[in-house]
Amino acid sequence: MAFREYKIGTRMFGLAFGTSMFITLYMPAVDIQNVSATSIAMDRQLSFGRVGGFSYEDPFLQGDAKPITVQISQDPKTGAAIESTRAFVYEANVPFPNGIRHPRILGKAPSAASASKGRIAEASEAQGAVFLVRETIEGGVAVPYIENATATRGWTPAATLSKASDSQRLLVGKGKIMFVREGCWWCHTLLPEQTQDWQYFGAPPMLGDFNGESPTAFGSDRKAPDLTHVGSRNSSREWMMMHFFNPRLVQSHSIMPRYDYLWGEKDASGNTIDYDGWRTAYTAYAAGESIYPPEVPVPAADSEARALIDFVLNMK
Amino acid sequence: MFKYLFAKAEDIPAGSAAVYFGFSSIIWFVIGTGLGSFNAAKLAFPDFVTGSEILSFGHMRQVHVLAVILGWISMAFAMAMMYITPALGNTKLWSEKLGVWNCFLWNIGLSLGLFLLWMGVSSGREYSDMPFVIDVVVILGLLTPLCVNVFMTIKTRRTQGIYTTNWFFGAATFMVIIVFTVGNSPEFFQLTGLTEAYLTWWFAHNVLGLWITPVAAAISYYVVPKVTGNPLYSHRIGHLHFWSVVVFYSTPAAHHLMSAPLPEWLKSFASVEGVLILVPAIAFVSNLLLTMTGKWRMFVENIEIKFTITGVLMAIPLNMQGGFQQTRAINWYIHGTGWIVAHAHLALLGFSTFLEAAAVYYGLQTLLRRKLYSLGLANFHFWMLLIGFTTYWISITIAGLIQGAGKIYEVPYIDVVIAEHPYMIARWVGGTMVFLGNCVWLYNMYKTARAGTAIPAGRLPHELAYER
Repeated sequence: MAFREYKIGTRMFGLAFGTSMFITLYMPAVDIQNVSATSIAMDRQLSFGRVGGFSYEDPFLQGDAKPITVQISQDPKTGAAIESTRAFVYEANVPFPNGIRHPRILGKAPSAASASKGRIAEASEAQGAVFLVRETIEGGVAVPYIENATATRGWTPAATLSKASDSQRLLVGKGKIMFVREGCWWCHTLLPEQTQDWQYFGAPPMLGDFNGESPTAFGSDRKAPDLTHVGSRNSSREWMMMHFFNPRLVQSHSIMPRYDYLWGEKDASGNTIDYDGWRTAYTAYAAGESIYPPEVPVPAADSEARALIDFVLNMK
Repeated sequence: MFKYLFAKAEDIPAGSAAVYFGFSSIIWFVIGTGLGSFNAAKLAFPDFVTGSEILSFGHMRQVHVLAVILGWISMAFAMAMMYITPALGNTKLWSEKLGVWNCFLWNIGLSLGLFLLWMGVSSGREYSDMPFVIDVVVILGLLTPLCVNVFMTIKTRRTQGIYTTNWFFGAATFMVIIVFTVGNSPEFFQLTGLTEAYLTWWFAHNVLGLWITPVAAAISYYVVPKVTGNPLYSHRIGHLHFWSVVVFYSTPAAHHLMSAPLPEWLKSFASVEGVLILVPAIAFVSNLLLTMTGKWRMFVENIEIKFTITGVLMAIPLNMQGGFQQTRAINWYIHGTGWIVAHAHLALLGFSTFLEAAAVYYGLQTLLRRKLYSLGLANFHFWMLLIGFTTYWISITIAGLIQGAGKIYEVPYIDVVIAEHPYMIARWVGGTMVFLGNCVWLYNMYKTARAGTAIPAGRLPHELAYER
């Protein structure tokens, strides 16, 4: 039996399905694409790097090929003292974020300013670059843009990194990878709810705050507080360290899993971490047999725990 | 299975692909619910198993979700399509060999994808978490062969019309390919920001709306008339269901992102379309319940009808919730809470699982020509599933209402966690019951294939349920 009796049916189906796809895909896409990136969006994508999930550069989500965010108060080229500046260092062969690769997604005015004033088209992935988020006034309106400091000021990635001490480096890009890989966003959303949340946890995100970020990792299920502004609520590195190693050290009723395995084998001073000994001591503490919990090892500078803590503290 | 991969087409017995899909789906169901039970234990007792990366909640959660969606539910759908589509067209499956290959690739591709996810290789997008390499495998190895087989079987049918079930099967296999491709397009094309977030949720919503719910409903359009012997109450209402699914159910995805700065017109549109989902829902439920007229004793006596009608009845609270929780007022209260988790389980573990279980029970008996090994074990499975699910659903709904209140009244979050704790334990108990019931089911179906009484030619399995 041929299909021809159903020609009307299949055409009607195509029309119905096509119309609904047009309304639900094409029309919102046009609306969203017309939005310009805010300075928050530029900060986000420059500190996170190109993509926060699976990619060819980092297939097993180890946090390879990621930018480093630094806070410097010395000009890397001249050595002169400058106002404390947040710079995003892309060493050679670290893929540039989407706003640099596809400037169109920054929106009309920011992409024009980034090209003319920021000279982002001159940045080269093979040689690396240092980026800054800047603001200019155009026609009475503040327009954020990205500056390629390597072209405009001659800051090289190596010189910029050398001006920042370890405490002035934030491994935010690698931390975002940890956040995605360890599934933090299964319980902690990154999108405050339209309730008193907006007063309790901080201001809601604005249109244009997410341009170029990937993935947004909003999450859908809040078994735990929203983390959009967590760095403003709690900026203690020590608290975060204890919380990730064993959340029940700082909050006895927490149901968060332990992330002690992110510490790796060695702690900050190069000693091997004795997990079994730690657990035994903790069990004794939890049972009331000792007064103080065992000391939490300080994560090594290149450990995954360090990166995750940097990422969380960076969310302000 | 392996011996048929390279066999001549005429040497492959009719129904082989459906049988392999059927058993694979039960095995994936056992795995998926086992993982679910393990995850639930970790939420109730956070120090249950610690110190290992691969046994942490964050690594296992998406494995549970995708094992159930792509393993259990979608493979049970494939099984149903591979025996119902030919039966309704009075013909054979277009290519049994393609079906066997499809089942083989499905198991390989899904195992690979889930293994990678378990190791942490994720795209970071909920429900479309698998890296895009695996997405290509899913589209080309899993969904496209299924679509081709179903379409060609419908095309080569030997009946005059196309029955409602086949309308749904044909459209859904086509739509799921579109939904999966578009939903994962942010990865292929590096779309970012709100576009990516919206497309992620567009996928998550439409995989339910254009794949899981319509196919599950289509199965019951076949099972109920077939087993009861009553004709479908109304084909017109069946068509109303079909067309309203295509028009209304494919658009309300934006309600998942009511707090995001998406265009306001889109949120309002999604709310209105969300409530219109009640049109296909009421059409479906009324049509099926009216088909049962005069045969309601079978709801008690017959295992397939018991499963199917329970699933149909669950569509009532499911769609009432689904329709109204997309309005801004209700979304404001319950979004992001356990209520949503409960609602999602009502759709997948309640409504659609019961319908698919009936299709797998009925299909395996029919294709193997074997009477069910033990009706007692099947009933045990039914009650474990029903009581386990109900325990789960009620406890998480209550937990969700507590969370919602905590969110509105600015209760410190830890107090909400403490208040939820008993319900988390109840959730784990319920989920474990479902898992144990499924283990019994797997045993029962294995014994049916090995030691079930042969069904004589010309008889149907449900006719001899109580004969010795």
